[in-house]
Amino acid sequence: MVDQSAVGREFTTVTARVEPGRLRFFLDTIGETNPLYRDETAAQAAGYSAAPVPPTYLFCLEMMDATIPFEFLTALNIDLARVLHGEQRFDYHAPVVIGDTLTFRPRVTGVSEKKGGAMTLVVIETSVTNQDGVQVADISRTVVIRNPRPS
Amino acid sequence: MTPIIGARIVHKEFPAITRHRLALYCGASGDHNPIHVDLDFARKAGFPDVFSHGMLVMAYLGQALTDAVPPPRLRMFSTRFVAITQLGARLTCEGHVSEFVEHDGERCAKLALTTKDENGDLKLTGEAVIAL
Repeated sequence: MVDQSAVGREFTTVTARVEPGRLRFFLDTIGETNPLYRDETAAQAAGYSAAPVPPTYLFCLEMMDATIPFEFLTALNIDLARVLHGEQRFDYHAPVVIGDTLTFRPRVTGVSEKKGGAMTLVVIETSVTNQDGVQVADISRTVVIRNPRPS
Repeated sequence: MTPIIGARIVHKEFPAITRHRLALYCGASGDHNPIHVDLDFARKAGFPDVFSHGMLVMAYLGQALTDAVPPPRLRMFSTRFVAITQLGARLTCEGHVSEFVEHDGERCAKLALTTKDENGDLKLTGEAVIAL
């Protein structure tokens, strides 16, 4: 079971490039038709240097380009089948657009027990910087682990 | 933009979530957790069927949000996944202006967000902070 000793644990840095083809696949999948995300002219009219990414796409970039998928699970010995997504938060500091190369630095910032140990909540915070060293976002994810009943 | 407290400024409905949509989202998002696409895996994990990625639901809510609010004004977007979103769910995303706040020295509006299925069951609650 994950305990307080996991707090402070850092995971492998992920480098991800915002590629137009992959982004279009995501936009098509969620049925996003806003021209801002698809048309460079519309994006530039809104003040961007190129088409921006939609609000949740940072989460996807980190997963897509991770060299070790679900590293936090394997590193903390958590069974993927017992994990649910509890909470998610994005704080946006600067635009992220097609062509950017982003660096994600994830770390565990909290572990807590719920419902008398039936569930463990793990908070993972990730700072995101771009190719110019600008911090573009902070991401926080809370995963819920459904613990097996003690036998 | 001069929003009024309590005004509903976000509202969008989405088509029923299909197995095909979950398979596409698996590829498009990089979230390859089999629990969302592999019925055998889902059953072994104790679920009756596969179910939606929480982040697909949040992506829909984000889409509803940036239909209503220019993306450059978005400062924060958060959600709590209240309940599992089942296959076939037809989601409605809504957002109301809840208060005005100072956020990193900027005057902002806070939105209270919800996503419900076709039965009115709450799937997700959230907040967004929008620069005025």
